[in-house]
Amino acid sequence: MADAAPLICRDIHKTFNDLEVLKGISLETRKGDVVSLIGSSGSGKSTFLRCINLLETPTSGDIIVHGDPVQFKHNRKGERIPASNRQVELIRARLSMVFQGFNLWSHMTVLENIIEAPVHVLKVPRKEAIERAEAYLHKVGIYERKDYYPAQMSGGQQQRAAIARALAMEPEVMLFDEPTSALDPELVGEVLKVMQSLAEEGRTMIVVTHEMAFARDVSSQVLFLHQGVIEEQGTPEKVFDHPESERMQQFLAPKF
Amino acid sequence: MLDLKGYGPALAEGAVVTIELAFLSLALAVTLGLLGASAKLSGNRVLTGIATAYTTLIRGVPDLVMMLLFYYGGQVAVNALSDYLWETREIDFFFQFDPFISGVVTIGLIFGAYMTETFRGAFLAVNVGQIEAAKAYGFTRWHTFRRVMIPQMMRHALPGIGNNWQVLLKTTALVSIIGLTDMVRVAEEAAKAERMPFHFFIPVAAVYLALTAITELFIRWLDKRANVGVVQGN
Repeated sequence: MADAAPLICRDIHKTFNDLEVLKGISLETRKGDVVSLIGSSGSGKSTFLRCINLLETPTSGDIIVHGDPVQFKHNRKGERIPASNRQVELIRARLSMVFQGFNLWSHMTVLENIIEAPVHVLKVPRKEAIERAEAYLHKVGIYERKDYYPAQMSGGQQQRAAIARALAMEPEVMLFDEPTSALDPELVGEVLKVMQSLAEEGRTMIVVTHEMAFARDVSSQVLFLHQGVIEEQGTPEKVFDHPESERMQQFLAPKF
Repeated sequence: MLDLKGYGPALAEGAVVTIELAFLSLALAVTLGLLGASAKLSGNRVLTGIATAYTTLIRGVPDLVMMLLFYYGGQVAVNALSDYLWETREIDFFFQFDPFISGVVTIGLIFGAYMTETFRGAFLAVNVGQIEAAKAYGFTRWHTFRRVMIPQMMRHALPGIGNNWQVLLKTTALVSIIGLTDMVRVAEEAAKAERMPFHFFIPVAAVYLALTAITELFIRWLDKRANVGVVQGN
């Protein structure tokens, strides 16, 4: 399975009550792909990202992580649920997520945040986990903050710590859910810079973002979502410079 | 020096009973509170129903009535169970439902109900993003509960636990009515015999006050630890 695609999503649908939020989204990644999901609020891009690591259960469709398809079953109410909690946990451990609101565990120091899942979920020996964590803290440039609590740091530093936490899982794919949307404008750059360096290292990333410059310059694939469907898909050149859909043209048009 | 007219050792023993009773009841109450709160938040209708029935029942009945009910009723229930087991299975099972056990069970059950509400509120106060991050990193439910939910809810729960504890400690005085020789009971006997109520009740009051004061300090220390990582508002 060495060459299996890190992540394949086939025809993902998601319905909340009667509202169909995703109407058949498919995505195939190759190793080292950086996929940007763009679109206006409510287009379903975050929901799609949350379906990938099963924070939301897709109503239908397949998710295949490195050749390993997620198994589903139906509960008594007829709702589709993952067949095995264990499989969900294993899959999540291979797809680490960076959240819009950072979501670092506030009662743990930065270092404790980073080693928690490697030690307890991946069963990495503590000493090795600490070494790994320190290396990633250097990489994201906040090594000297390792004993700080999240609340003692700026938003940009917290998000970089969260990226280090995601890296420490050495994941198949990194999922970014609007990683810069909660940051003050002057802090956005430091986080994007870290993400760009990860992309250059060949890490597979799926990024929900409103940063068009990032999507254009860093991604290998761009998906433009509108009302739960992919309106435009392809290389950044194709999507940004030669969009076929009218929606995409409107989306890119100067706002004022 | 305070002259306790020879009642000193008995009062000291009574104080030990009070303290043992209070701590064991607290342990039971905290356990029941965590279980009750988890049940109420489980989303399972049966569990929620049981926990709601428990807290509603306990909080609506006077402590004194509960104490008498468990002490007298408890022994009747044990006797009935004992007879049943012997007659149907020939199992020889019996134990004396003594006032100490009744006390711990009653006080634990009463304060378990209050703790349920305290913990429920505290669990609800935990930011959902914290739990979502745990899920997203492949934590099991138990791991999430133990490593994220418990430490994060503690800072919300501790003030409530502290209040419940103080009331619990004072409620232990009720056990003297079911014949347990706690500090209050000894003082009452001594005060009657010697006709010196102030002489015996004031030291007892002082012991309660000392206990609540010391434990209050301990709770403040715990509170400080639970709030590590939280930037306090100005």
